Amino acid sequence: MAKAAAKRTVTAVSAERCPALAGSKVSARDVTLAILPPAERISLRAPAASVAALSKALGVKLPQMPKSSASRAGRTALWLGPDEWLVIDEAGKDPMADLASARVLHSAVGISHRNIGIAVSGPAAAATVNSGCPQDLSLAAFPTGACSRTVLGKAEIVLWRTAENEFRVECWRSFSDYVFAFLSDAARDAAA
Amino acid sequence: MLLIRCPYCEEERPELEFRSAGEAHIARSTEITGISDEDFEKFFFIRSNPKGVIYERWRHIHGCARFFNAARDTVTDKFIVTYKAGEPKPDISRAANDSGPAAWANRPPDQLNVKKPAAKRTPSKKGKA
Repeated sequence: MAKAAAKRTVTAVSAERCPALAGSKVSARDVTLAILPPAERISLRAPAASVAALSKALGVKLPQMPKSSASRAGRTALWLGPDEWLVIDEAGKDPMADLASARVLHSAVGISHRNIGIAVSGPAAAATVNSGCPQDLSLAAFPTGACSRTVLGKAEIVLWRTAENEFRVECWRSFSDYVFAFLSDAARDAAA
Repeated sequence: MLLIRCPYCEEERPELEFRSAGEAHIARSTEITGISDEDFEKFFFIRSNPKGVIYERWRHIHGCARFFNAARDTVTDKFIVTYKAGEPKPDISRAANDSGPAAWANRPPDQLNVKKPAAKRTPSKKGKA
């Protein structure tokens, strides 16, 4: 028994992260879809009294206006509700650690692996998103920097206009197949 | 698509983002164990279900996720006003009277999409042809 155990070789198993749809890309004539690299994400909820201290801890001023966002040094806070924000950090830093220093009432839940980010870019980006999202995406109603939780087809998404012709679609990982396929079809339609 | 104004997002949003949550302004008794079965039944099951204006709870579930209240006409499906949860019932007597029914509402089916009411139309000249 002891001999058998001694003979058994131990192979090092390294864990490899496999984000859903990693590297997927779709190009149509006027629009390109790409899965964005993994990012740190936090679902943050806090009362109005905590906002100032949390903004200081995060280094981003939490937006108070509906449908607005604020970015600084690769970190963005998206307004989702009167006391709810989605914080996305693309600079590789950990916003959770920064929030740990804030001694005010708040709830921060790490959702980095729950979400998948999809970039929709090109002149037909708005038309592509609008194929499943009923919101008014004209620049007057949804300017650059605007963001909102909304629907795309049958899935819930968070939509963020990062540039005039560029959107970031955040959806749940388990919805990502559906959302990406939906957007791919829409991209082909928008190009036609 | 019907557009509903969310008092928290402060703008009209498509109806797909919303979900109805039943009648509004139903207060739960602070001493729920003390009330009689009849009173509990009234509180728990009995709803006004009017034909006309009703105060309802709605939730902007695929948006800001907040509950709010709305006064809606059950006949025309017109939202007269929406307001934040916790606020008192607004006075809607003027708004309800000013707006009138929606174009298709309160009309019998034979008058829908017909410019003249059926009675005023000239009788058909089938017999003379």
